[in-house]
Amino acid sequence: MSDSTVPASNPPSGPPSNPHDWLRRQRRWSWYEIGFWVLAFVPFFFFPTYLTLASSIAITALFALSVDLVLGYAGIITLGHAMFFGLGAYSAGLITKAGWGEPLTGLLMAGAFAAFIGFLSSFIIVRVQHLALLMITLGLGFLTEELANTMSWLTGGTDGLQGVDVWPVFNTFEFDLWGYTAYSYALAVLFIGLLVARRIVHSSFGLSLRGVRENLTRMPAIGSPYRRHLQIVYTISAGMAGIAGALLTHTTETVSLDSLSFQRSADVVVMLILGGTGRLYGAILGAVIFMVARDQLADMNPQYWYFWIGLLLMAVVLFMPNGILGGLARLVKGRG
Amino acid sequence: MGVGETVLETSAISKKFGSLEVARDVSIALPRGARHALIGPNGAGKTTLINLITGQIKPDSGRIALEGMDITGLPVAARVRRGLTRTFQINTLFPDLTPIEAVTLAVCEREEISSQFWRPLTAQTAAIDEAFGILKQLRLADVATQTTRHLAYGQQRLLEIALALATRPKVLLLDEPAAGVPKDESAMLFNVISALPEDMTILFIEHDMSIVFRFATQIIVLVSGGVLVEAPPDEVRNDERVREVYLGHSHAH
Amino acid sequence: MIGNLAVVLFDGVAFGMLLFVLAVGLSVTLGLMNFVNLAHGAFAMLGGYVTVMITRELGLPFLWSLPAAFIVAAVVSVAFERTLFRRLYGAGELNQVLFTIGLVFVSAATAAYFFGTGQQPIQMPSFLQGATEIGGLRFGSYRIFLIIIALVITGLLVAGLEYTRFGAQVRAAVDNQRAAKGLGIDVDTIFAITFALGSGLAGLGGALAIEIVGLDPSFGFHYLVYVLIIVAVGGLGSIRGSFVAALVLGICDVGGKYFVPEIGAFLIYLLLIAILFVRPQGLFGKR
Repeated sequence: MSDSTVPASNPPSGPPSNPHDWLRRQRRWSWYEIGFWVLAFVPFFFFPTYLTLASSIAITALFALSVDLVLGYAGIITLGHAMFFGLGAYSAGLITKAGWGEPLTGLLMAGAFAAFIGFLSSFIIVRVQHLALLMITLGLGFLTEELANTMSWLTGGTDGLQGVDVWPVFNTFEFDLWGYTAYSYALAVLFIGLLVARRIVHSSFGLSLRGVRENLTRMPAIGSPYRRHLQIVYTISAGMAGIAGALLTHTTETVSLDSLSFQRSADVVVMLILGGTGRLYGAILGAVIFMVARDQLADMNPQYWYFWIGLLLMAVVLFMPNGILGGLARLVKGRG
Repeated sequence: MGVGETVLETSAISKKFGSLEVARDVSIALPRGARHALIGPNGAGKTTLINLITGQIKPDSGRIALEGMDITGLPVAARVRRGLTRTFQINTLFPDLTPIEAVTLAVCEREEISSQFWRPLTAQTAAIDEAFGILKQLRLADVATQTTRHLAYGQQRLLEIALALATRPKVLLLDEPAAGVPKDESAMLFNVISALPEDMTILFIEHDMSIVFRFATQIIVLVSGGVLVEAPPDEVRNDERVREVYLGHSHAH
Repeated sequence: MIGNLAVVLFDGVAFGMLLFVLAVGLSVTLGLMNFVNLAHGAFAMLGGYVTVMITRELGLPFLWSLPAAFIVAAVVSVAFERTLFRRLYGAGELNQVLFTIGLVFVSAATAAYFFGTGQQPIQMPSFLQGATEIGGLRFGSYRIFLIIIALVITGLLVAGLEYTRFGAQVRAAVDNQRAAKGLGIDVDTIFAITFALGSGLAGLGGALAIEIVGLDPSFGFHYLVYVLIIVAVGGLGSIRGSFVAALVLGICDVGGKYFVPEIGAFLIYLLLIAILFVRPQGLFGKR
């Protein structure tokens, strides 16, 4: 319906900014983003002893990213997303045990399996809300954990999966003890994951998700088949979480039951609140802060960790409900 | 104005909540291009009737037909896709989206391109242009990139209508479009409404009688869930029963 | 075999009754104010530790500690409600969940700091120890006591809700908060009192639980899951719902562990998902 007498490149008169320009600006890469990715290379040069921690942070960040898509953007509060992480982890491990140790294809296969299970569960997920939804995600998570525990002939049960043998990446990069390969691998996959998430979020699909989160009642009133949208994002998110799980398997060459644990599901939600939901980088920042803090405080009594993280959680919810990134964003903008 | 084809028709719609009858045997027919007003005292069931017609509530009995097709069993979104759209009495907007985003969203949903998660929004130029055009039509172009929660109330009411227009409705149900809007602005709002295409069928709920008599070609008076009178404005103005309902009501307070 | 079945059923009922006492407060306050208070588990734990302190440090008998557990939990919970929780009433479910989970973390760490991470032993009065013989079968005396207490509480709750003015106001507020306010009901005070009662019951439940399942700092988390299942499946704001759901869960849990230990828990979660999918508002909930 544009005015055909006005050439498309001329902004229409009157309004302060052309909507196309404004929308383009929304998806531009900010200096902070670029800065973050530059900083991501720092561990290689300045903290080589921390490379294993760095790669586990990258893996957790990818997992947190996947949860941000459903929680931060679509508004589905889930306390059981670790089920997809774990499913990806176990399938990656089982694929190597079946004889195929190539990491990249293993990653994709594990992700596909997790996505498939995500797709199946999405039929239930999109039909419930509030407490029932929370309990169902919780229930599905516990269910999967129980299943893995019981099927110990397949999963190794509490002992975990043994004998996971991963081939070198691109057939040249062996997984070394220092963690150079592991971190490069994890960081690269995280980057690709972020690119995918970015694409999704800045598409018309991402706009629909925000619509669902902002006002669910209005969505059917504009003719939106929003349940279908939610199923799509839930499936993609499950796949991403599965890939993160598979990354863990490849970089540590083990799989254990805690990849499916409620603890993992709860931790990732805590990370999202810390960093800020619905911002993608909030998920990554939250993961970094949480994991670094836990690593530094791990030497201390684990009880102290719970005390401080609990206190931090309460403080963030009370005083910075948009998370640390939200608080920073407000500082930078100057006003709310 | 004359006898046109019936675009929206309800046949004996009834609904009870427990023992409370909110809709009693309501049968109305809207011809193409209608400018009908739905009036009645508070609690008469006007919004409920709109909820029933749009599918937000299921009737206990009766039929609803859009362009001759039975839509009684269809969910809300399906009716919208067939051309039946409503606005809400209380703003039901997307607080953190900007008007351009909100209306583009509605356009994309209509065009069924909302699932394209691999294509940047900025590539959907036709949708954005159309959305901006609608915003211009509703005098919202200047605030197109301002967050909805920061808009003036009157502008938000206009955005309500913009979202509805983005669905390209054949039948538009406006639930008190000028609710809460100061007198001078509501006139502007109704000017916008009267500028809508002639073949669009409109039913609006309104309390301000001056607006009703100015814009409506037919008035439906709803009382306690049932249709009391349906007639052109002059007849309604002079109808004894209508007077009683309104005057009697004010006596009770 | 029938004997076994009877004892398992009995144990299941006793466990269910314990869960009911723990859960009913959360169901009512969730139904009343829609505030997701996961710290409910922490208040239960508090009641347990109060009992431990009273019986160990003060040397008072176990039965005296029960009202103390109730009162302390009630008072502490209202203090939190008045100062912190009410700031979050409009903050959305996610924020409420995370804030109260943070509180559970903090309380678990605090409990570990003061009491250590081990189980807390406790001394029962002699008439509650051992078993009582009924109809040729031996039933745990403590469990009989538990069932009786829970039934008394249920009776008091139902009677209170049905026949007192306060109860009528609570029911009105659960049904339609705005209308209740419009009728002049002081919803704010109602909520504070109900919250205190509910958390007090949680504390009492925590005290009663020590003998059956033990007490350690992870109690708040572990039993929170049970409580949430009961509240969701029973339906928010429904005492009857909590009672039925708690009974079913208790019997299934104990029965599952006894008869089908491999898949018992799995079946419970499956049942939970199935029920909530078919009836998201819970068995006896509305909306």
